[in-house]
Amino acid sequence: MTAGTLLIGSARGDRLDLAATGSWTAEYAQSLEPLVDAATKPNSPVRNIALDTAQIEHLDTFGAWLLERALRTWSSQGCEARLTGLRDDYRGLFEKVHSGTQKLTPPPPGQNRVVAALESVGKTMVGVGHDFMLLAQMIGSLIVASKRVALHPTTFRFTSMVHHLERVGWQAVPIILLITILIGCILAQQGIFHFRKFGADIYVIDMVGVLVLREVGVLIVCIMVAGRSGSSYTAELGAMKMREEVDALRTMGFDPVEVLILPRILALVIAVPILTFLGSMAAIYGGGMVSWAYGGIEPPVFLSRLREAISFETFEVGMIKAPFMALVIGMVACVEGLQVQGSAESLGEQTTNSVVKSIFLVIVLDGIFAMFFASIGM
Amino acid sequence: MANGNGHKEPIIRVKDVVVELKGNRILNGVTLDVYRGEILGFVGASGAGKSVLTRTIVGLLPKQAGRIEVFGTDLDQCDEDQRRSIERRWGILFQQGALFSSLTAGQNVEFPMHEYLDLSNRLTKEMAITKLEMVGLKADVYRKYPSELSGGMIKRVALARALALDPEILFLDEPTSGLDPISAHEFDQLILTLQRTSEMAVFMVTHDLDSLHMICDRIAVLGEGTINAVGNMDVMLASQLPWLKAYFHGARATADRLAKQKIGVA
Repeated sequence: MTAGTLLIGSARGDRLDLAATGSWTAEYAQSLEPLVDAATKPNSPVRNIALDTAQIEHLDTFGAWLLERALRTWSSQGCEARLTGLRDDYRGLFEKVHSGTQKLTPPPPGQNRVVAALESVGKTMVGVGHDFMLLAQMIGSLIVASKRVALHPTTFRFTSMVHHLERVGWQAVPIILLITILIGCILAQQGIFHFRKFGADIYVIDMVGVLVLREVGVLIVCIMVAGRSGSSYTAELGAMKMREEVDALRTMGFDPVEVLILPRILALVIAVPILTFLGSMAAIYGGGMVSWAYGGIEPPVFLSRLREAISFETFEVGMIKAPFMALVIGMVACVEGLQVQGSAESLGEQTTNSVVKSIFLVIVLDGIFAMFFASIGM
Repeated sequence: MANGNGHKEPIIRVKDVVVELKGNRILNGVTLDVYRGEILGFVGASGAGKSVLTRTIVGLLPKQAGRIEVFGTDLDQCDEDQRRSIERRWGILFQQGALFSSLTAGQNVEFPMHEYLDLSNRLTKEMAITKLEMVGLKADVYRKYPSELSGGMIKRVALARALALDPEILFLDEPTSGLDPISAHEFDQLILTLQRTSEMAVFMVTHDLDSLHMICDRIAVLGEGTINAVGNMDVMLASQLPWLKAYFHGARATADRLAKQKIGVA
C-alpha cells in the first residue's frame, strides 16, 4: 500500500483540478490531514473545484471523511466542489459519511470560578443533609422490616444471616486478632518506655487495661470491620443494583431491606461485639507479653495488677458501644450500596464513601458515648 | 451476494480446536475457515459454544488443542508486536456492548484511535462523531455516558467502537438481539454497506433468521462441539439434519417467510 496523497492539478481561471491517489486509510490519516488542510486554505480566484478520486487504491472511513471535510470546507467558502471518478464500491461508504451532520449542541457555557466554587460548597452541604435523610430513611425501613419479621418470624432470612455471619465474623477473626495483638504490644511498649523515666512502670498495666477495654479495642475492630465488611456490603449491593437485581426483587413483591439488608446488618450486630471481645483480649495479651519481655513484669504481677486496675464496668463500656457501631457501619454500607448508579466508577466511589463515612461516624459515635458515660459516671 | 469461496483467501483458519471449560469439553475439534470479504453467520443451539469459539479465536479463552490462524499468522507462535498488529485489525462487538462505563460514548469510540493512531484531536473527534452517525446515532450521543443510553443505543455505540479503526475482521456476538425489527434491519444493512466498501470479513454469531437470510454469505452450524454444516442459505434449507430442519423450517422461520411473501420481500 502506498501512502495517500493529494495532488494539486492545473488551475485555470476559477477552476481547480485536484487528484487524490494512493491509500486514503486510517494508517495514513495523520499525514493526509495536513494535505487536506493545505488544499482547503481560502484561495480567492478559485470558485469551481473538481476532486478526482479514480486513482485512490484504498479508501476507508478515515479517508472518506477527510475528502468529505475538504468538500464541506470548500462549500462553506462558497466554492462549487465535487468528486469525480468515485468507484462504485466506495460510493456507499462515501454516502454514509456524507450523510453525517457532525452537529453537536454546544456544551453549557462554563461558570465563573468563584460561583462554581461556591456552588460546589453548597452542593456538598446539601449532599450531607441528603445523606442524613437517607440514613434516617434506612433506620425507618429497618424498623419497619424488623417489625414485620418479628410478627412473622418464619420470613426471616436465617440462612442468609448465618452466611454473612461467617464472612464478617468467623473469617475476620484471624486478622482482627493479629492487629489487636500488635496494637496491645505497641501500647505497652510505649507506656513502659515513658513511664520508666519516673519509675511508674507498673502503671502501664492500668493504661493498657483501661484504654483497650474502653476505647481502643472497639475502635480498632470497628475500623477494621468498616474497611473489610462494610466495603464488601457496599460493593455487593452496588453490583446488585447495577444489574437490576434489586429492582427484580422489588417487582416480585419483596422488600430489599428485609431480604438483603436486614440479614447483613444483623450479622454485623452479632459479629462486632464478639470480635470486640476477642480483639480486646488479644490486645491485653499482647500488652502482657511485651510487659514481660520488655518491661520485666512477670505475668502473675500483670494479672493481679490488672484485676485491681479494671472493673467489670470498664469492660462493659467497651462492649455496650460495639453493637451500635456495628449498626452504623452496616447502615452506611447499605445506604451507599443502594446509591450506586450504572457505571463502574460510581461503584468505586460509593465504596470509598462507605468506608470513609462509616469510620467517621464510628469515631463521632465514640465521642458521644464518651460524653454519655462521663456524665453517668461510668 | 454469494461469493465464490474457491479463489478467496481465508482470513481466519480454525483447525481442530478443542476447548474445555472446567473439565467439560465444549468444542471438540472445530474446523472452520472465514474468507476475506464474506459475512459468515454462526448458528447453533443456546449453550452449544458459539460464544466460546468466538472468545477462543480472539484469545479470551485458552484452547487445549488445535490451531488458529488470523491473517495467515498462527496466534500461538506470534510475538507481542504481531499480536498487537493483529488486534488492531479486528473489531469485536460484545453481546452486552461492553462499553467502558466511565467514558462517554465519544471517548469509547476514540479510545482505540488514541491507542493505535496518532491523529490530531480534531480529526479524532470528527471521526468519532462520523462513526456514531454511521451507526445511526445522533451526534449528541458523543457526550453521553453509557448509563444514559438505551440498550439499542449501547449496541450501536459498541458497534461504532468496534468499527473505530476500520477493521478487516468484525466479530459480532448477537448484534441484533435486543433491537426492534426496524433497527435490526437497519443494523443488518449497515453491516452490509460497511462490509461491501471495505472487503471486511464479518463473523456473526446470531439467532436472527432475517440477518441470516438477508446478509449472510455463508452459514456455519455448531452442534455437539463440532461444525455440523457449512454453506449458503440454500444448503441450510435443503439440509436433512434434524436440528437444522427445526431451525430453518420451524414456526418462526415459516412465519417469517410467509410475512416476507406477503410484503413482497425476497
